[in-house]
Amino acid sequence: MINTDVLIIGAGPTGLFCAHQLGIIGLKCEIVDNLDKIGGQCIELYPDKPIYDIPAIPECTGEELTNNLIEQIKPFSFNFHLSDRVQEVKNENNKWFVKTLKGKEFLTPNIVIAGGVGSFEPRKFPTKNCEKFEENSVLYSVKDKTIFKDKKVVIFGGGDSALDWAIELSKNSNVTLIHRRDEFRGAPASVERIKQLQNEKKVELFTKYSIKDVKGNDNLESVEIKNEEGESKTIDADYVLGFFGLIMQLGPILEWGLNIEKKTIPVNTENFETNKKGIFAIGDICTYPGKLKLILSGFHEGALAARGCFKYARPNEKYRFEFTTTSKTVKGRIGVKE
Amino acid sequence: MAKIKYIEHSGKEHEVDVANGLSVMEGAVQNDIPGIDADCGGGMACATCHVYVKEEWFNKLPEKAIGEDDMLDQAYEPNSSSRLSCQITVSDELNGLVVHLPEKQI
Ligand SMILES: Cc1cc2nc3c(=O)[nH]c(=O)nc-3n(C[C@H](O)[C@H](O)[C@H](O)COP(=O)(O)OP(=O)(O)OC[C@H]3O[C@@H](n4cnc5c(N)ncnc54)[C@H](O)[C@@H]3O)c2cc1C
Ligand code: FES
Repeated sequence: MINTDVLIIGAGPTGLFCAHQLGIIGLKCEIVDNLDKIGGQCIELYPDKPIYDIPAIPECTGEELTNNLIEQIKPFSFNFHLSDRVQEVKNENNKWFVKTLKGKEFLTPNIVIAGGVGSFEPRKFPTKNCEKFEENSVLYSVKDKTIFKDKKVVIFGGGDSALDWAIELSKNSNVTLIHRRDEFRGAPASVERIKQLQNEKKVELFTKYSIKDVKGNDNLESVEIKNEEGESKTIDADYVLGFFGLIMQLGPILEWGLNIEKKTIPVNTENFETNKKGIFAIGDICTYPGKLKLILSGFHEGALAARGCFKYARPNEKYRFEFTTTSKTVKGRIGVKE
Repeated sequence: MAKIKYIEHSGKEHEVDVANGLSVMEGAVQNDIPGIDADCGGGMACATCHVYVKEEWFNKLPEKAIGEDDMLDQAYEPNSSSRLSCQITVSDELNGLVVHLPEKQI
């Protein structure tokens, strides 16, 4: 069990800057994110795209913004718990008990939800029967490629993940690649390689097809695909892999007794507390009159939520407003020597 | 301004006036029409604003944006009449547009 002043859910820009503000006022926090990397939407959806409306930064990419935010909180050495999702939140003697999917437990007076539009999860096949085989033979990521050796693997998708795995697995497995149109969005070199492998009969390629159904009793036996003309084909398969990118899902956040309005959490604008005492919401996930889903708004919200956390984390102390420029205490916290 | 009809998968119809310059996605969201999630707020990064546009309208719409098809690859059951509604800007020319919403967005 980890005891902390604040648990932050979400390592997007808002969660990161809130961590900075907590550090500045002398509180400790732990940060959990479902992604395997820090940065939220900025790193997952647009790492290379420029952002032009961060105050005092005329232009920076999603990745640069993330790196700068990470740099800014380095002095505090906060812990990140990545590739893990906050699953359970419940009240225990006026504190919040928090449990993650991987079983990590936290006890804290404050939770800051900076969860964006939800946790990033792989997009799944629309076919209901796929659920039956999920995690055994219908997969959305590859953890151990040795399981595919000498097996029949059917891969769906047109991006880099689909192409790269088709190329890689074609070395030791019987690979079929299926994509809904003729154009691929993956790197041109990979598309070339796939066409070459197709000519060499090492990869079978079906374009303009999508999944119709999966068949099998205990084990997956085949996958049925269809095109828009209504024709279908059946392909023998031991494994089916789908690479359709990530979607954002509120998921567990809906179950913590918070008020939810159109996938967002209403907050008061004084300290961004939700309807639950000690649970705050900031960034894209919160809503209030006039809310703008901008990074700069998330920064402001994080600064106020951090002050809101102070009174529960240090009930016997009074929060003092200080400037970073002139406060000795603050400079001490960020390790600046005078 | 254009009158736009959004038809849910169940067949339920919603007809609303949408101001020029807004996207077809915003027209749905601002009028509380269910079935368009628009998780990324129009950034062409989520494919949860997916709609189907029948042939008679499909060809009258402004061309697909660069990268729109790549994003549509990730949509729920896309086909050749699929569009991302955040990439369709409303203008007088779109008066009478009908879009069909998919069974779900994710
Ligand atoms: C293409 C695009 C361009 C954009 N351009 C701009 C721009 O120019 N300027 C601007 O200001 N904004 C822009 N935005 C919006 C901006 O990226 C968002 O406002 C910002 O990322 C919100 O930050 P956040 O920290 O609130 O949430 P997010 O960045 O969404 O991060 C939330 C994180 O929380 C995690 N999470 C959620 N639930 C859980 C859970 N239960 N357990 C663990 N982790 C969880 C998620 O995995 C995610 O990593 C753009 C967005 C997109 C998609
Ligand atoms: S709103 Fe996300 S792609 Fe259109």
